[in-house]
Amino acid sequence: MLQVTRVNRDMDASVEPATPALRVRDLTVAYQGRPALWSVDYETPASGLVAIVGPNGAGKSTFIKACLGLVPALSGEVRVFGEPIGRVRRRVGYVPQRGSVDWDFPVSALDVVAMGRYGHVGIGRRLTQADREGALAALAQVGLADLAQRQIGELSGGQQQRVFLARALAQDSQLYFMDEPFAGVDAATERAILDLLRKLDHEKRTVVCVHHDLQTVADFFDHVLLLNRTKIAAGPVTTTLTAENLERAYGGRLMHGAGQAPRAAEARP
Amino acid sequence: MTFIGSEAFVRLVEVFTLQAGYNANTVMAGTAVLGAAAGVVGTFVFLRGRALISDALSHATLPGIVLAFLAGSALGFQTRSLPLLLVGATLSGLVGVLAMHALTRIRRITEDAAIGAVLGSFFGLGVVLLSYVQTLSAGGQAGLHHFLLGQAAAMARSEAITIAVLAAFALILVVLFFKEFRLAAFDREFAAGIGWPVSAIDLGMAALGVAVTVIGLQTVGLVMIVALLVVPPVAARFWSNDVKVIALVAGVVGAFSAFTGAAASYAFTSVPTGAAIVLAAGAFAVFSLFFAPKRGIIGVAFAALRFRLDLAQARWLSSVAKGNEAAPRDPLVRAYLRMAGLTGGAGMPTAAARASAPEVSRNLDLWIAALARRPESVPPGVRFGIDRARDVLPSDLIAEIEGRAA
Repeated sequence: MLQVTRVNRDMDASVEPATPALRVRDLTVAYQGRPALWSVDYETPASGLVAIVGPNGAGKSTFIKACLGLVPALSGEVRVFGEPIGRVRRRVGYVPQRGSVDWDFPVSALDVVAMGRYGHVGIGRRLTQADREGALAALAQVGLADLAQRQIGELSGGQQQRVFLARALAQDSQLYFMDEPFAGVDAATERAILDLLRKLDHEKRTVVCVHHDLQTVADFFDHVLLLNRTKIAAGPVTTTLTAENLERAYGGRLMHGAGQAPRAAEARP
Repeated sequence: MTFIGSEAFVRLVEVFTLQAGYNANTVMAGTAVLGAAAGVVGTFVFLRGRALISDALSHATLPGIVLAFLAGSALGFQTRSLPLLLVGATLSGLVGVLAMHALTRIRRITEDAAIGAVLGSFFGLGVVLLSYVQTLSAGGQAGLHHFLLGQAAAMARSEAITIAVLAAFALILVVLFFKEFRLAAFDREFAAGIGWPVSAIDLGMAALGVAVTVIGLQTVGLVMIVALLVVPPVAARFWSNDVKVIALVAGVVGAFSAFTGAAASYAFTSVPTGAAIVLAAGAFAVFSLFFAPKRGIIGVAFAALRFRLDLAQARWLSSVAKGNEAAPRDPLVRAYLRMAGLTGGAGMPTAAARASAPEVSRNLDLWIAALARRPESVPPGVRFGIDRARDVLPSDLIAEIEGRAA
């Protein structure tokens, strides 16, 4: 009986389109007593690529990590597809910052991408042939099939970033969190990553990226969450990335570099 | 009398060919299993950068060993009980690690200072306790000092079996959870992101390091056990870029070193086992440092020279293709070209050189154009100007360059 009820509830949930991929309420995170994020409310839109934008130390990475349950929240609630993150981890992919790992570590590009399947096979179990083929296919999707056996330290920065993305593809998730995937990559990789993100968006997957470069936010993303410890603004890039909001997020810092002002801000109505 | 004819040599051959008796063979086999476990577990100690902490931990076991011995005597044990001593060693080692943790976290003392402080203090305390115990008349304390430098030859067969079983258990755990250990060591955040209990995995990995350290104390000695953990993976790292291969090679090197060291301590009873084992492992590391084909000193120097000459050759062929046939000034390069059959007696290009020159020249031009247009797309680990650009560089970049040229 109990099982039947649960199935029905699941079906109800799938019929109801209103459940956002990510819903955050009153999220507060503190490191050693100092708040890194204060009472943030946020909901991802039904479609479109989302950028998290804000100055250094604004809590952008912390937001992602708190959503993934990697740092403990002081208060608040995170719901992924309407559920606590612990229940839906297989539907969530993660691309950490490239600088967060040691690239001299003795593993090949294919080894790293295959790690994307680990969440599906579980602890103490081996990868299947299908997992390995999936990893190779993901690597081919980012154009690195030829370099599968290359040690990761022998790849260029852009290729390393693509390996991280291929690992996320291998996770085959519905919601992706990416921490600065565009940081320090060459133009070709930038295009490759952007094509990939748009493809994920077309496939009705949700992508949330921490993004550092204000100049490209409007070109790359459809929605933005502007953070500086608190939520400054959120919504479509064109209406959200206004000069006023940027001033609130960045303070006077933007004024020093006129070239940094994003196009969307200039196009303010 | 030469060494070959000496009694020690005869004894050495006897030991190595497993003719030194059942007891000696068991001890040597047990020590080899310990060495294999140390090499494999040590691969993760090495990759996680925990060598110094492990060293502090092993030194911090000494007070616990002596106190456990005293407790055993008080409880009426006539001889020393290995399990009891190992429990004491573990507890004392963990207290040392906690002390280091407290120093770095609570008082914000740097890790190296905390390691130095804990290592020295605990070891000092242990030595004082040890000298006190040796003045007592309780039975069995004579072997206690073997925990410092290790003495396989003094081990009982039952002790060797205990050690081998425990080491084999540690080894099996690493094999079972290799995938988990590797990911946790490489990318903690991602592992946590897919819901793995990263802290537990990391703790398990550290616990195996502690376990191997403690069970190796008697054989290798607490002064040198960390070397048995770390030197085999260091040697193995020269030979491979794959954790699996490194762990395997480290295990084999560890086992072989441990076996050799134990055998040596039977043949030359005055040599402490730990020192002999670590020397054997060190010999592998030194050999690897020099002779590993890709990463050893000789291989790297040879590859650098080869690259310099090959690049000079490519540049010369390129200039030949463009009509400049002057020989290079560098006499080494001139000799290299002559040896390759590219120049004749007068330093003029041979027919073979003229035949290959256009292709070499086109390839070199692609590399130079790639460097000028997109320097970051030239990956590390390739031979610039020599490897086939089409195979190595991104195809869209090649198309871009050729589109520009057309």
